[in-house]
Amino acid sequence: MNWISDWALPKIQGLFRREVPENLWHKCSSCEQMVFHKDLERNLHVCPHCGFHNRIGAEARIDITLDEGWQKIELPKAPADPLRFRDQRKYGDRLREAQLKTGMDDAIMVAHGAIEGRAAVVAAFEFSFQGGSMGAGVGEGLVAAARLAVLQDAPLIVFPASGGARMQEGAVSLMQMPRSVIATRMVKEAGLPVIIVLLDPTTGGVTASFAMLGDIQIAEPGALIGFAGARVIEQTVREKLPEGFQRAEYLLEHGILDMVVHRQEMKPTLARLLSLLREPQILAEPAPLALASPNA
Amino acid sequence: MRHFLEFEKPIAELEEKIDELRRATDVDGLDLADEVGRLQEKVEKLLAGTYAKLTPWQKAQVARHPDRPKALATIQALIQDFTPLAGDRAFADDHAIVGGLGRFRGRAVMVLGTEKGTDTESRVERNFGMARPEGYRKARRLMELAGRFNLPILSFVDTAGAFPGIDAEARGQAEAIARAIEAGLEAPVPFVATIIGEGGSGGAIALAAADRVLMLEHAIYSVISPEGCASILWRDAAMAPTAAEALRLTAEDLKRLQLIDAVVAEPLGGAHRDPAAALVAVGHAVWAALTPLLDQDGATLKAKRREKFLEMGRNAIV
Repeated sequence: MNWISDWALPKIQGLFRREVPENLWHKCSSCEQMVFHKDLERNLHVCPHCGFHNRIGAEARIDITLDEGWQKIELPKAPADPLRFRDQRKYGDRLREAQLKTGMDDAIMVAHGAIEGRAAVVAAFEFSFQGGSMGAGVGEGLVAAARLAVLQDAPLIVFPASGGARMQEGAVSLMQMPRSVIATRMVKEAGLPVIIVLLDPTTGGVTASFAMLGDIQIAEPGALIGFAGARVIEQTVREKLPEGFQRAEYLLEHGILDMVVHRQEMKPTLARLLSLLREPQILAEPAPLALASPNA
Repeated sequence: MRHFLEFEKPIAELEEKIDELRRATDVDGLDLADEVGRLQEKVEKLLAGTYAKLTPWQKAQVARHPDRPKALATIQALIQDFTPLAGDRAFADDHAIVGGLGRFRGRAVMVLGTEKGTDTESRVERNFGMARPEGYRKARRLMELAGRFNLPILSFVDTAGAFPGIDAEARGQAEAIARAIEAGLEAPVPFVATIIGEGGSGGAIALAAADRVLMLEHAIYSVISPEGCASILWRDAAMAPTAAEALRLTAEDLKRLQLIDAVVAEPLGGAHRDPAAALVAVGHAVWAALTPLLDQDGATLKAKRREKFLEMGRNAIV
């Protein structure tokens, strides 16, 4: 034993331990490979080994979708806890807790900005806020986003990630289904595109309303999308569900989606779609010369 | 291996000879350029002769030639930024019908096509170009989307017909085709359809109730396949060549009957001999058909389209 092993080594190790804390590494929940956090972030939270798309929050979503300089808008206040609902706890308490945890008023964030220079209004769900469930607050957010899109003559792009309607608001929550459908109609009637990008997971009353009514329907790879939960279906029909049931790829094959798009490709894809839907004429490439065909 | 049709055998033999002479030139250093040139001239003469007087049944073979450019190849050649869209939003994405957004010479358009596939795997995947109800429902949805965003519709038709199957009937094959025809007629945007190979019956008109219908020189277009017609009316599928004659299914006949608007000339020996040149010709023909429609408003287009179809066949005499 000398001063090196007694004193210096633990010190040095301590230094390293501090510099490399546990949370700098992320274990992929799909392939279980370790990913350095910075690499994961750079890869937009998609596992570089297996392509698994980790969930990301509303603000991060908007940030990777809109060009720099986007602005979040204040959403109209909805009546909180209209039913004074309580299960094992008061809904009001749950709501306040979610607000504290996420720093958001409700499960949706609305922003306006541009996608590769083309104006757009984006509404993104925050799944960590009460499972992204849709109550009056989220409904207000969607209607506000639609109004803003019309006002700005901009397309509306919604990124739902939601367990469905918010039970704690009862029929008030149910009424957000027609309200959100009206939101999509408002945008469409103004001649503007509605693009829905379904994220993991989108189920229940959210899929059964605005989230299925985009002009273009996109989903991220592997996203769980459906109406009834897999457990409920299994218990009802007493059958084992097929592999990949209710996943984005399954929905594409079943005619519900236009495309499944990797997160890295999402922004360029949205930009291209907006260009094709909104810019009728761009400078044409010269047409190929007519090849002289002998019998033409 | 190039695929030769039965009536192309003399041409195939001559070309084999040319290949042999070329090999001899390479290996033995013989100068056979004159001989090769002479034979090539002969091939061209033979091709011109054969293709100038193809019988309707021979045209059916050419229209179905495996090397003939299919819808996706056409789209790839003519459309930039092609962005496929999928699904009928109800049951499935039918791979026999392709569609999506793209640009044709800079103009944003909606593209539709019936795709037969190019090899065994893709032919199975595309169900040999025979769509089910979900395919026609996708086509209808995309035509409606085109209307919403003022995108001209370009379709490329190549199908033996709608898929005759139990599942297709159960899901309303007829209704799906009817709605697709209706969507085409109602579209408030320019609509140019091109029959590139086989224009088989309801499966074809579902994508071709258009302002302008173009047809490749050796394509065929009718209410039933020659084989189908022969087995129903002659009770003998072997009478297909006779049925092909009787159906008047060639581009030339249909132009004379004023059921199509223009015939697109194919390279010597058919589109399968020179797909690239054939597709250039298709591009020019589609552009020529589309441009006069671009400055017409939706109501005018619809009214004229209706009128055109209402007039069809009224004064037709072969």
